[in-house]
Amino acid sequence: MCEALRDTPMPPTPVAAPASPVLVSAAGLCFDAGGKRLIDDLDIRIREGRCSVIMGANGAGKSLLLRLMHGLLTPSAGEIRWRGRPMDRAARRAQAMVFQRPVMLRRSVLANLRFALSVRGLRAGDRDSRIFEALRRARLEDMAHRPARVLSGGEQQRLAVVRALACDPELLFLDEPTASLDPSSAQAVEDLIAHARARGVTVVMITHDPAQARRLGEDLHFVHSGQVVESGPVQAVLDHPRSEAAQAWLDGRLFVAPGQSTPT
Amino acid sequence: MGDFWGTMAEAISLILQWDTDLIGIIALSLRVTLTAVAIACVIGLPLGAVVGAFRIPGRTLVTVVLNALMGLPPVVVGLIVYLMLSASGPLGPLQLLYTPTAMIIAQTILVTPIVAALTKQVVEDLHGEYAEQFASLGVGRIDRVLALLWDARYSLLTVALAGFGRAVAEVGAVLIVGGNINHVTRVMTTTIALETSKGNLQLALALGIVLLVLAFCVNAAVMAVRASAVRAAYV
Amino acid sequence: MIRHIFMSLAAAVVVAGGAWVPAAAADDGFIVVQSTTSTENSGLFGRILPIFEEKSGIDVRVVAVGTGQAIKNAARGDGDVLFVHAKPAEERFVENGHGVARHDVMYNDFVIVGPPGDPAGVKGMEDAVAALTRIAEAEASFASRGDDSGTNKAEMRLWNQAGIDARAESGSWYRETGSGMGATLNTGTAMGAYIMTDRATWIAFGNKGDYEIMVEGDPKLFNQYGIILVNPEKHPNVKAEMGQQFVDWILSEEGQAAIAAYEVDGQQLFFPNAEG
Repeated sequence: MCEALRDTPMPPTPVAAPASPVLVSAAGLCFDAGGKRLIDDLDIRIREGRCSVIMGANGAGKSLLLRLMHGLLTPSAGEIRWRGRPMDRAARRAQAMVFQRPVMLRRSVLANLRFALSVRGLRAGDRDSRIFEALRRARLEDMAHRPARVLSGGEQQRLAVVRALACDPELLFLDEPTASLDPSSAQAVEDLIAHARARGVTVVMITHDPAQARRLGEDLHFVHSGQVVESGPVQAVLDHPRSEAAQAWLDGRLFVAPGQSTPT
Repeated sequence: MGDFWGTMAEAISLILQWDTDLIGIIALSLRVTLTAVAIACVIGLPLGAVVGAFRIPGRTLVTVVLNALMGLPPVVVGLIVYLMLSASGPLGPLQLLYTPTAMIIAQTILVTPIVAALTKQVVEDLHGEYAEQFASLGVGRIDRVLALLWDARYSLLTVALAGFGRAVAEVGAVLIVGGNINHVTRVMTTTIALETSKGNLQLALALGIVLLVLAFCVNAAVMAVRASAVRAAYV
Repeated sequence: MIRHIFMSLAAAVVVAGGAWVPAAAADDGFIVVQSTTSTENSGLFGRILPIFEEKSGIDVRVVAVGTGQAIKNAARGDGDVLFVHAKPAEERFVENGHGVARHDVMYNDFVIVGPPGDPAGVKGMEDAVAALTRIAEAEASFASRGDDSGTNKAEMRLWNQAGIDARAESGSWYRETGSGMGATLNTGTAMGAYIMTDRATWIAFGNKGDYEIMVEGDPKLFNQYGIILVNPEKHPNVKAEMGQQFVDWILSEEGQAAIAAYEVDGQQLFFPNAEG
């Protein structure tokens, strides 16, 4: 497990074969809330060892999709599969997620990380050396004993990524991890993501930033009105979008498909 | 008003005379109340946290019952505990009536619903914030309750304070089950009631001032702790 | 760490709570006396009990409530000795098997106190029944304890003799406070009402204001106190031996002398009359 957090060369140059196996898949996925169908017969396949970017307009259902895949929400119909089998406890434990707004416990930075690791069953003796190593990488080691919630937004987000990675996941979900950060903070978070990628962690990330998608992503899934309307290599989708929704979004237009209401 | 200030002045001079009886009464008050609050916390904190954090069956019912019990008149609690502990009651053989233990029992019954109901509210709010992160990390139920209680610790201090306030100011229950026996079960509030009934209003008022100062000190201490917690964004 | 804190908190509570139990159980050298507010509030017990405690080594714990409540508590076995002032009720208590035997201890008397304005014009009267009749006719405020205490029972007997159903007027000029003597004096003096009180409580009362005794000296205002050992055959938890020791001492020459010696402001409050 310690292997995972060791220093590895950056930046990564992902060399996953195009035919790398499917880690997570969903078919016919639906999710209803408040009498509305928010995820509507959605299909998606996340390939192992790659960085998949999910893009789409606000309210398209990106965050819902992430939560459904991570098991935080139960689908109304359809099923999430992990390596072709139904998701179980062990599969959930192989995942971690960083939320758009980091949720830090009312404790020190160190205690936050200790908590996450103790939940994963790590003994106190093994924990701290790993924790300090991870903090050093995130340039947070000076803050180990400070209350986590007085850290700046960027520091908290870095801490959230460090916490997620400390759990040594096979799959990392990131919900707009740099959305509200200044450029240098965003860069620091991206470095951490790149490091995880280099370690072989599969990453699924929501972003609104095409440049970030190009920097970090390999596969792109474009979500519109609760469906994945287009999937493909990042470069290809961004340069030559085939779906009208993706085209419109990249052009900065509001796209409303015939017979659909405005996405909210 | 002149009469009031005259009484006040005499009351203060009585406090300054400070005798050992008075110290004994204050000490007993604190022992009874603090013990009752501590027991109420041991019961009420986990209870409130479980009800606040999980969608357990009967959750609404428990919440309604706890909220209703918060308004329980002390005299009724005193009466129930008296009937239980009375020589003719089911717990008579324990011979606890007219002892500090009986007073602790009565006050624990008074304070536990307050601690549990307020804890439920605090934990429910906090859990709303933590729930997804906990689910993502895969935190188990017991760890979840413990983590919520720990992270709400400064708010829960205020909860305990509310319980302390109710217990230390309470007279109806401890009078019935303690009997206000001199040097045995006489506490500040029963002494105030007694001195008032003797018409010794100055002494009663003096004791009231002592009680007030005591409550003030406890509150100030808790608020100081809370203030430092606020600076650490722990509240 | 969290578990640690909760565990030690729980342990501390168990220790603190448990500490009382042995303390209560081990220290058995005490008796509980169910008595009335007049004996406690007048300061009599504060004077005479230390003498007995010194001599016998027995700690006397007094629960001072109204006579009615004291009798009910004792009938449940919550107390070893009953020391109250309502002879008929005391005799019933013994007849029902709750008490071993009743003994006269001492007496004092009731007085009717009132505001200096004396709205009903009863000042100086000796006939208590006539005075109450006049108060009722004038519909002058009268504060009653209304708590089934010894004093309240005595007051109700006087109203009966006057042929007045005072309780029917409850809420108008007749006010029932439903509390002890002291609380009723506090309330009654504040509302300018006449109040019937035992003389001992009145003399020792610290909040008289400008109130004066209006009616006194009627034999009907005689107030007899009695003492009863709670029956150990009915209530096995009763500490019969120590209780009897206390009863015997109260009735002894020494106990009686101690009662006679208690004075407030130079006035004797209780007059011992145990049958030597």
